[in-house]
Amino acid sequence: MNEFLSGLSSFLQLSIQMGTTLLFGTLGGILCEKVGHLNLGIEGMMLMGAVFGHYIGLSTGSPLFAILGAGIAGLVGALIYAFITVSLKGNQTVTGLVLTIFGSGIANFIGKILVKNQKSGLLPDRLPVAVADCFKPFKIPVLSDIPVIGKALFHQSIFIPISIICAVLLYVYLKKTKFGLDLRVVGENPAAADASGINISLYKYVHILAGGFLCGLGGAYLSLSFLSTWKEGMTSGLGWIAVALIIFSTWNPLKAIFGAYFFGILRCLPFKIQNASLFGIPISIPSQFLTMLPYVMTIVALVFITLRKKKENSPPAWLGNPYFREDR
Amino acid sequence: MLKVVKKAEGSFRQTTILRIVTVVIALFASSLVIAALGYNPVNVYSELFQGATGSLPRWQETINKAIPLIVLSLGISVAFKMKFWNIGAEGQFYMGAMGATYVALNFKDLPSYLLLPFMMFAGFLFGGLWILIPAILKLKLGTSETLVTLMLNYVAISFITYLQYGPWKDPTAMGFAKIPNFTDNAVLPKVLGVHIGWIISLILVLIIYILMKYTKLGYEITVLGENIQTAKYAGMNVTKILIIAVFISGGLCGLAGMLQSSGVERSLSDQISNSLGFTAIITSWLAGLSAPAILIVSILFAILLQGGAFIQSSLQIPASVAEVIQGIILFFVLGSEFFINYKIVFVKSKKEAIK
Repeated sequence: MNEFLSGLSSFLQLSIQMGTTLLFGTLGGILCEKVGHLNLGIEGMMLMGAVFGHYIGLSTGSPLFAILGAGIAGLVGALIYAFITVSLKGNQTVTGLVLTIFGSGIANFIGKILVKNQKSGLLPDRLPVAVADCFKPFKIPVLSDIPVIGKALFHQSIFIPISIICAVLLYVYLKKTKFGLDLRVVGENPAAADASGINISLYKYVHILAGGFLCGLGGAYLSLSFLSTWKEGMTSGLGWIAVALIIFSTWNPLKAIFGAYFFGILRCLPFKIQNASLFGIPISIPSQFLTMLPYVMTIVALVFITLRKKKENSPPAWLGNPYFREDR
Repeated sequence: MLKVVKKAEGSFRQTTILRIVTVVIALFASSLVIAALGYNPVNVYSELFQGATGSLPRWQETINKAIPLIVLSLGISVAFKMKFWNIGAEGQFYMGAMGATYVALNFKDLPSYLLLPFMMFAGFLFGGLWILIPAILKLKLGTSETLVTLMLNYVAISFITYLQYGPWKDPTAMGFAKIPNFTDNAVLPKVLGVHIGWIISLILVLIIYILMKYTKLGYEITVLGENIQTAKYAGMNVTKILIIAVFISGGLCGLAGMLQSSGVERSLSDQISNSLGFTAIITSWLAGLSAPAILIVSILFAILLQGGAFIQSSLQIPASVAEVIQGIILFFVLGSEFFINYKIVFVKSKKEAIK
């Protein structure tokens, strides 16, 4: 039984780690979609964040620079997206897809340089101690020994509390501040926002860029803490699950926390249940069905959202459409 | 004071000139990037072009890459014309390939001239059925098709992985997880060194062009895309048109999956598309959803893909550089759409601007 409990405890710890990149990506996506922009470039921005975060961490040895660099890399990706879709009113779906191609191209290329420089000795092979220590999971004494949930909650990297704080702040910002209200009007009914004197382009730019910054942090968590290295395609589709999670959490940052950890559990399960048994009966669910589950559940959630027609749970009404004043 | 205004639709000539200028500027911009990365841009471009078109086998490889892009883009264009944002081409491609594979593996004894059309039919059918899920959800409940089609891609791919590692695993492959190879009668014959998918895709370009331009259904699809209210007032059966058009869209994407699995891969795996379904959204959109333009844009894109793979070996340039070039060119072309639809005018006073 003891072994089972400690296994469960590590499992939950890993699930939360799996969910953290998702959470960052989802929060970034929520910001972007709240101003009415569907950004399918999350995967690309995460990859850019991952590679730049790791590179800067290696070369400067400064945790702060590493994390800022990762965020800024994501932000630059978002800037390209914002310029084309906001200022030039380009198609959001297509631009987002191109951003993913471009971002993964840039990331792989920088990754190649990184490996080359490591081989020639210009860069260290591993993250400098200052960076690694700052981002590695730290144990909070006593609390981390609580059975089952101790490890998951109190033996984690600094990224995990940061992501949760971001989610809570974002929730307060969206629901309780004037900016958040304005932001919702921009996403729901840009014509009304325009008429009430809100600077629509400015709102869109600021939030899309902030969203990109968060996606970059999601990538940085992978390359600075979770794997502590750079690997091509290391986000392995997390950016797309994040797109699903935005919907699953009904554009609500607080629900996104739980959604992210839930999807994290689903992602860890395939490794756990391959040889699992329940009351002595071996269960064999093909792992691919678990891989499918987040997407299927998102579709089901989407159907429920549309069925209930509750305003606060539905997608921003203007999602995906450019706004041009004279079209009113 | 500068002001953005909507432009009347430009002539075909104007639009074409603008696009060519854009591509030239984009190539120039990416050459700056290439130079900054430490390569000689002229060299890279010429090798890239040579690698895709320099000899007959290279052309054949390029056309091989263009075929699925053309068919997928055609499929996507039918749905997009109706403003049904089908970004599920990837999933429909896999489902179509699955249908074709089922037929190929279970009706091995049929002669080729029966088996291949049967496989095409199955590919079309499965692609079409797969897209009916988001279509029905949209019609009955108003669920966003963009999000549902996107999600269904990953469901389809996981399902193919399941088949590959589970029920369809080749028992003779020594434990290696692969679906059995097709028998020879299930493989598309070659004409001029490329599987006959290229002839099929040319015929499809013609069919879709005629369908969209000269038939009642094509007209109805366009009207539905322009304004659903107009379509309803005109007495069109919106549900029926949407279902038929969407079925054609998904069906074509499924057919593309059949062509790829039979003509190129001779089998099915969860790798055979490698994001072609997403690339095709880009080509379809850049081609302005017009069938002849899709043909040209897809071939150009295939040149970029094939050339990108070539410079990897010939100049030791990482494949990622080709991706970056692709990205830059596409960003420019996407941005240039603005200058097709809008213009910036100079207005003197604020009063005029308001008017």
